[in-house]
Amino acid sequence: MARPDPATLARRNRRMAFGAFGFAAFMVGVSFAAVPLYDLFCRVTGFGGTPMIGQAAPGAAGERSITVRFNANTQPNLPWRFAPQQTAMTLRLGEEGLAFYTARNLAPAAVTGVSTYNVTPEVVGRYFHKTACFCFEEQTLEPGQAVDMPLAFWVDPRIATDPATRDIRTITVSYTFFRSLNDAERAGALANAGPHVGNGRVR
Amino acid sequence: MAHAAEAHHDHHDHKPGFVARWFFSTNHKDIGTLYILFSLFAAIIGIGISFLMRLELQQPGMQIFADGQVWNAYVSAHGLIMVFFVIMPALIGGFGNWFVPIMIGAPDMAFPRLNNISFWLMVPAFLLLAGSLFVGEGPGAGWTIYPPLSDNAFHPSPAMDMALFSLHLAGASSILGAANFITTIFNMRAPGMTLHKMPLFVWSILVTAFLLLLAVPVLGGAITMLITDRNFGTAFFDPAGGGDPVLFQHLFWFFGHPEVYIMILPAFGVISHVISTFSKKPVFGYLGMAYAMVAIGVVGFVVWAHHMYTSGIDVDTRAYFMAATMIIAVPTGVKIFSWIATMWGGSLKMDTPMLFAVGFIFLFTVGGVTGVVLANAGITQILHNTYYVVAHFHYVLSLGAVFGIYAGIYYWIGKMSGRQYPEKLGKIHFWLTFVGVNLTFFPMHFLGNQGMPRRYPDYPDAMWGWNLISSLGSYISIVSFLFFFYVMWVTLRRGEQAAPNYWGEGATTLEWQVSSPPPFHTFDELPRIR
Repeated sequence: MARPDPATLARRNRRMAFGAFGFAAFMVGVSFAAVPLYDLFCRVTGFGGTPMIGQAAPGAAGERSITVRFNANTQPNLPWRFAPQQTAMTLRLGEEGLAFYTARNLAPAAVTGVSTYNVTPEVVGRYFHKTACFCFEEQTLEPGQAVDMPLAFWVDPRIATDPATRDIRTITVSYTFFRSLNDAERAGALANAGPHVGNGRVR
Repeated sequence: MAHAAEAHHDHHDHKPGFVARWFFSTNHKDIGTLYILFSLFAAIIGIGISFLMRLELQQPGMQIFADGQVWNAYVSAHGLIMVFFVIMPALIGGFGNWFVPIMIGAPDMAFPRLNNISFWLMVPAFLLLAGSLFVGEGPGAGWTIYPPLSDNAFHPSPAMDMALFSLHLAGASSILGAANFITTIFNMRAPGMTLHKMPLFVWSILVTAFLLLLAVPVLGGAITMLITDRNFGTAFFDPAGGGDPVLFQHLFWFFGHPEVYIMILPAFGVISHVISTFSKKPVFGYLGMAYAMVAIGVVGFVVWAHHMYTSGIDVDTRAYFMAATMIIAVPTGVKIFSWIATMWGGSLKMDTPMLFAVGFIFLFTVGGVTGVVLANAGITQILHNTYYVVAHFHYVLSLGAVFGIYAGIYYWIGKMSGRQYPEKLGKIHFWLTFVGVNLTFFPMHFLGNQGMPRRYPDYPDAMWGWNLISSLGSYISIVSFLFFFYVMWVTLRRGEQAAPNYWGEGATTLEWQVSSPPPFHTFDELPRIR
């Protein structure tokens, strides 16, 4: 094998380098594509305790019962009182349950919040179905206004046969309300860590 | 040193003037030298910071740092500097540029000017990172820069942006360099130099270049999202806007885990050459060695979540990542045993490079064993973010990769500078370093098992003893680092003139067929590959 002449070599080098750069650009694209794909992956597989959405309950309730506990968190810069109306309820597998959360705006101005949620233990995500929920929709409350937010759900009876989940007797549903970013920006209340962070030279 | 190197080049060589040669350089050997000098300079800063850290941790209570945030900023800077501006430039940019073209019989890299850009991107990158320490609250989110800690809620000043832009520049430099290496290795080999005849150091750089090409753009994407989250109101990682902070961890570690192999694989390559040379035997199981590196590279991409066992992933996922992680011990074991088998029955000569290479095998094996311990998801629930982890990754990197760099410098300094180092001083340097780093890092295993967490400037009194020993060890390491500069100074000032092949019959790769130092332009005439 003789070395190719300089022009051929330069062409081959250029082709290979463009291939390499193209590949690097592709990987940048993949990293951005990971954002919707990761979201999709979580929703499809219930990864990280992401509940299933939309399927109606099968109607036939199973023998075993399970306890569902309700948890609520509020981001500190959202001036709401947000809490479940019931701490826990026990229902049979496959049976549809209905629970309520209440949110009240304590601020003297209208405030918009958004919520996110998951269930723990995280493995039960794929067996926990929500049929109606207030998930990730913006909710604006006028000063002093309170709303009841319903959550209709059922637990797939297959949870009792899956070896990874069959010993689970309690599922915790957790909602966290955040101040929506647009609203926080309007009100000048974007999350701020406070003076305990940093050495004080900046603020 | 630049002057010294210049003065001893062959006089019949045509070389450009100082500015054109060192600032607009397109010569792979000069750029390699620049990379090595850059890395040594960055090491002074990075190791200086670690000295401050050990001063602080020598006793309980706050000694020299103002508060935890300043501490975190220095810890982060130490990590980022050592990873991106010391180990990578020395092993990939330095030895890679110097010896890959020579070893494959190419006259230079495929894209010499691109090579120049790769180097000069590192300089502003380093300035941005070093400067960020003096801006606002500093880049105190660890080298992993996880949000929300790296968001503008917790790091409101431009310091974090400077660190992120620094990573962008360093990443761009790495990608350009990787494309250059891949093109060079695939297209510029001398006739007869087939892939399966390539020296193992070239194989290691080839695999590393592919890892860089796959991993670094993902880091680039992730930190771009972080920058827009911080400055332009997006919410990729902010749950208040529908984002997911754990996604950043996935993206970061998809880069971060291959990154640790990016740091260690070129050291593997160097060690293979040194062991073979000083055993006067070809390396045992050449193809196994080459494909073990390929296997490490491939499997290295599917184990990232073992850094996230406590980030909330279910037991089946953890079981997979645990098994996959342990599988990496197999090709790594192939390499360790092949090095030992190379030495077995060889005619060993324990010169300084060989001491560092044998030290590498020992220390890397210790780090590898604690790595297998940490691969266990159950154990990591307890050891996550403790000093046990710190001990583990310093054994594989600070001791593994750095010993690889030292082995390479002592092995090739005669070739690169034309002057051989003084053997006795080299041996003193090795033993100082070996004792120092082991005293520094071995006690950290005990501290970790006692539950001492990473990234805190203070600790309970009960942990004082091992911390004191660790600090004393680090002072020995600092002395050994300064001693290394003395050895280099003696080498360049008074070192003996080096013969073309000063290691004798054990050194068989092409760099030993050219003069020491090699002429400014090597292989204008094609070498003959046996």
